[in-house]
Amino acid sequence: MGKLWVISIASISILLPFLCNAFSPESPTDRRLLVLLDDFAIKSSHSIYFNSLKSRGFDLEFKLADDPKIALQRYGQYLYDALILFCPSVERFGGSIDYAAIIDFVDSGHDLIIAADSNASDLIREVGNESGVEFDEDPSAMVIDHISYAVSETEGDHTLIASDDLIKSDVILGSKRIAAPILFRGIGHSLNPANNLVLKVLSASPSAYSANPKSKLSTPPTLIGSAISLVSIVQARNNARILITGTLSMFSNRFFRSGVQKAGSHTKHEKSGNEQFLTEISKWVFHERCHLKAVNVKHHKVGETDEPALYRINDELEYSVEIFEWSGTSWEPYVANDVQVQFYMMSPYVLKTMSHDKKGLYSTSFKVPDVYGVFQFKVEYQKLGYTSLSLSKQIPVRPYRHNEYERFIPAAYPYYGAAFSMMAGFFIFSFVHLYSK
Amino acid sequence: MAAPEISTAAVPTLYTNNALRNAFGGVLAFFILLLIGVMAFSIRLFSVIKYESVIHEFDPYFNYRVTQFLAKNGIYEFWNWFDDRTWYPLGRVIGGTVYPGLTLTAGTIWWLLNSLNIPLSVETVCVFTAPIFSAFASWATYLLTKEVKGTGAGLTAAALLAMVPSYISRSVAGSYDNEAVAIFALIFTFYLYIKTLNTGSLFYATLNSIAYFYMVCSWGGYTFIINLIPMHVLLCIVTGRFSSRLYIAYAPLVVLGTLLAALVPVVGFNAVMTSEHFASFLVFIILHVVAFAYYIKGILTPKMFKVAVTLVVSVGLAVCCAVIAVLIALVASSPTKGWSGRSLSLLDPTYASKYIPIIASVSEHQPPTWPSYFMDINVLAFLVPAGIIACFSPLSDASSFVVLYIATSVYFSGVMVRLMLVFAPAACITSGIALSQAFDVFTRSIKFQLPGISSNTEVDAAETSSATAKAQNDAVKTEKSEETSKNRPSKKSKKKEKEEKPSTKAKSEKKRLLALPLDSSVISLLLLILLGAFYVVHCVWAAAEAYSAPSIVLTSRSHDGLHVFDDFREAYAWLRHNTDVDDKVASWWDYGYQTTAMANRTVIVDNNTWNNTHIATVGTAMSSPEKAAWEIFHSLDVKYVLVVFGGLVGYPSDDINKFLWMVRIGGGVFPHIKEPDYLRDGQYRIDSQATPTMLNCLMYKLSYYRFVETDGKGYDRVRQTEIGKKYFKLTHFEEVFTTHHWMVRIYKLKPPKNRIRGKSKKSKSQKTSSTSNRAKRSGTGKKNPWH
Repeated sequence: MGKLWVISIASISILLPFLCNAFSPESPTDRRLLVLLDDFAIKSSHSIYFNSLKSRGFDLEFKLADDPKIALQRYGQYLYDALILFCPSVERFGGSIDYAAIIDFVDSGHDLIIAADSNASDLIREVGNESGVEFDEDPSAMVIDHISYAVSETEGDHTLIASDDLIKSDVILGSKRIAAPILFRGIGHSLNPANNLVLKVLSASPSAYSANPKSKLSTPPTLIGSAISLVSIVQARNNARILITGTLSMFSNRFFRSGVQKAGSHTKHEKSGNEQFLTEISKWVFHERCHLKAVNVKHHKVGETDEPALYRINDELEYSVEIFEWSGTSWEPYVANDVQVQFYMMSPYVLKTMSHDKKGLYSTSFKVPDVYGVFQFKVEYQKLGYTSLSLSKQIPVRPYRHNEYERFIPAAYPYYGAAFSMMAGFFIFSFVHLYSK
Repeated sequence: MAAPEISTAAVPTLYTNNALRNAFGGVLAFFILLLIGVMAFSIRLFSVIKYESVIHEFDPYFNYRVTQFLAKNGIYEFWNWFDDRTWYPLGRVIGGTVYPGLTLTAGTIWWLLNSLNIPLSVETVCVFTAPIFSAFASWATYLLTKEVKGTGAGLTAAALLAMVPSYISRSVAGSYDNEAVAIFALIFTFYLYIKTLNTGSLFYATLNSIAYFYMVCSWGGYTFIINLIPMHVLLCIVTGRFSSRLYIAYAPLVVLGTLLAALVPVVGFNAVMTSEHFASFLVFIILHVVAFAYYIKGILTPKMFKVAVTLVVSVGLAVCCAVIAVLIALVASSPTKGWSGRSLSLLDPTYASKYIPIIASVSEHQPPTWPSYFMDINVLAFLVPAGIIACFSPLSDASSFVVLYIATSVYFSGVMVRLMLVFAPAACITSGIALSQAFDVFTRSIKFQLPGISSNTEVDAAETSSATAKAQNDAVKTEKSEETSKNRPSKKSKKKEKEEKPSTKAKSEKKRLLALPLDSSVISLLLLILLGAFYVVHCVWAAAEAYSAPSIVLTSRSHDGLHVFDDFREAYAWLRHNTDVDDKVASWWDYGYQTTAMANRTVIVDNNTWNNTHIATVGTAMSSPEKAAWEIFHSLDVKYVLVVFGGLVGYPSDDINKFLWMVRIGGGVFPHIKEPDYLRDGQYRIDSQATPTMLNCLMYKLSYYRFVETDGKGYDRVRQTEIGKKYFKLTHFEEVFTTHHWMVRIYKLKPPKNRIRGKSKKSKSQKTSSTSNRAKRSGTGKKNPWH
């Protein structure tokens, strides 16, 4: 008996760190990261980036991409919360990881960073394509920009680009403005315009194009101008986040440290914007930011507190929901003035912006429409950068009961009068007819 | 209870003997009726014995569910029941849209039994409600026919009705539908009307209104009553049979009946606002005018009366024309001319197929074929004309009603096969009259010529029986001038017989000559009995084989024994146990009631086809390609799609055979669905010659998905052909359950894709070709290939 106790306590204490660190709805930040590398040199050449992750509390596990022992899941449980693919040239993963495993990993709500590079393998391209971006098909193409390239000692082929064409969103890139341009050397990709899940975070300048810098242009390049995306993010419908970029060197210590001067510009920045940009965006990718949750959905009739099983038409009701944002360490009240609730049956019958008390409690009250049916309280909150909130709660609305109508309608008094006078008249008539000789 | 040998009662010399015979006849009739009731009940139990005690078909499941709700929650909750599990997301106010008669009846029986500490389940009560009420119906038939033609005809008619196949088809144990109680209510209302007409009793008139109220509660077919009775009243007036009895029989029925009918929520103001009820009001007015005219005639001199008539007729005609013009204008201003679609299709049989596919799509709304008459009423079809002739000799108020009843119901049954049910009682009544009259004639002839019996009695018996008929006829005529008397006509005629005895005695020699020869009488009698025997054999066969299948459990007999197909319940049980309680299941509307009752899941459309647009939406989804269908279903929050497929076992009433109706109904509302797109040269086919639209529509795909895996060829046993498109994948739906014989297939809507792919697919093919060693691997990656 005692032995059993020891064993069980021991097993709990072994499991405990895993249990605590696991990605969960309660603390959505990723904890356990698997980094797949082409070779271990990247570990040191990109150490600043990795260290910044480590300092934020992530457990990084470095593995070679073709390590035969790697696995994403064991016994149906995922071992990692996020995956970083710094292995642009891998043709085939080792272990049990393959293309489908990565897609399943994302589809079960985990995050992914993909760094391709020139001569990226088909596998990496395919993973990117599955996520919604399309790398330039020409395997040797790179993004070239003869106008906004980064000034360097040697003239070069203008593949080192200094780009500052960032998405204007504080929630994705942090409130502090990224002043310095971002250094980029790699392949570009394009987005499917019909795809509303993918966002261009860093796009190329209008003068950029994607071609093989070593050969002469024989045909016009297919990817040109600001249609080229250098860094894109995807937020899948299950709120899994993906960062896709066509360069690995962007994460490197060399790019982090080097100064940057954009061609045609006289300001020379001591340090490129890469570190700030990538730190901020990795915070977004790993759910340290912009992760919302909605709890305590409540609705009840005005003046009551219990939630009814169904409403009657023309009832006055109150609806409230608490929305919190994950700050990386704790849930903070989410404050916005654009959260709307719908009272929905095939189309919204009521659409109201909810007011909030600055502590995360959003509430509103409205009158149930004069239509019965099975309605839904719907909150569809999709704001750029934030995880989408999609709450729906079914609630039937019934018509009046037979005894809930007005008993006497003033407009009908003439008819009541007519009916009763008719009855009285008939009675008197019968009486007179029967008893008068 | 009157004795069957009523005619003999008149002979004074045999008075004591006859009293005994009377009493004996009464007891005999009582036991015969009891046995008829037992037979009516027990002939309907084949379904329970052969299958099990289970609710049948589609509509009964809804009635059963409503009864359960009533038994659990009481009548007020039932009245106000808003059902959120059907017609999602519209819901249905059950209390206001259902004919509550059947439910209240079964609920009352259940409550009564339970308060007597007989703990039967609601289901058991529901299963046996129909057989119980068919026993009542045969008793009501006895009463009605007795009022028309005496006890003998009554007993014969009751026996015929107890086992008429048409009625059995709707009232076997488990067939818990409105018609089960409505036919009883119909016949009983007619009986009370005839009873009032014969007696002129206000008591029966009131009972008549209440019986009519019960009929209104039970079935939409009550409009048949409220049109047939006015027709008969009009007939009586036109043929100069107006009497105060007619007035008493009709006026309270209209006033009280309309007031009571308006109390039923589903009828409500329709009782005074729809064209179906106009005839009764019009006849009500005419009746009053006629009554007033007779009254005036009584107080004016003939000359003055003539003047008054010309005056009134000219003024009255002008007023009438004006009123009718206004009415016609009002009625014509509404697009359906104020008639509901079902009634319009009664008057114009082609109406529904032209304008309302949803009515035409129901098989029981189709016109019947000739064989179905033979199947459903068998030998009665030959006896009916004889019965009509018997009704004319002599024609009384009551027998003219029967003639009118049979004439109208023959027409209606020719329009809609479902109304065969209204025709069957009329056929039974007339056939009962015919049979009993024939027996009467033949037995009388035999009696005449058998030497053993004292000829004196025979003559008297024959004499008086024919005299009775004559006297009844006379009585009816003379009564017009009489004050309303409370005497029953039979009693009256008995009195008259005594008066007329001397005169009839004189004719006795002539009557003797009318008797048929002995041998032909005996042979005819035997043939008649043989005919009856054939009828009984046919009825028992129909009850046992044709009409007892519950249609949720199917059986088939083949060389290797009996096969039972219990796929429907298997599928519904799967839904009940494996899906979330608020999940929505889409299927064609036929299976809506069963899904809500057996699987307890919300459905989009069901057999109460009140909202054509909603049904058309589902029809459109079924006839659209997968992606469009997914979008329609997703917008309705549908989680599962259920299709019925008979191709594997050869079950012909599956969704593929119903599919053209889905296209038609869908196309009626959404014009982008066009029927010709699904037909190749006007032919509906699913083989390789089928149109691409057909082969790509959702119904085809859901029915035949993986079908080729069963036999390697994809041979459809219902359509007797190989299917056109054998190997395909579903992109937006996934198969979650298929029953043992593939009769029900349930699919789940895939959730919206988590990610959206990049637009190019070239890279993929490039990859698979370039790295052929990874072909297998990428194959698994392609598991989810849709956008």
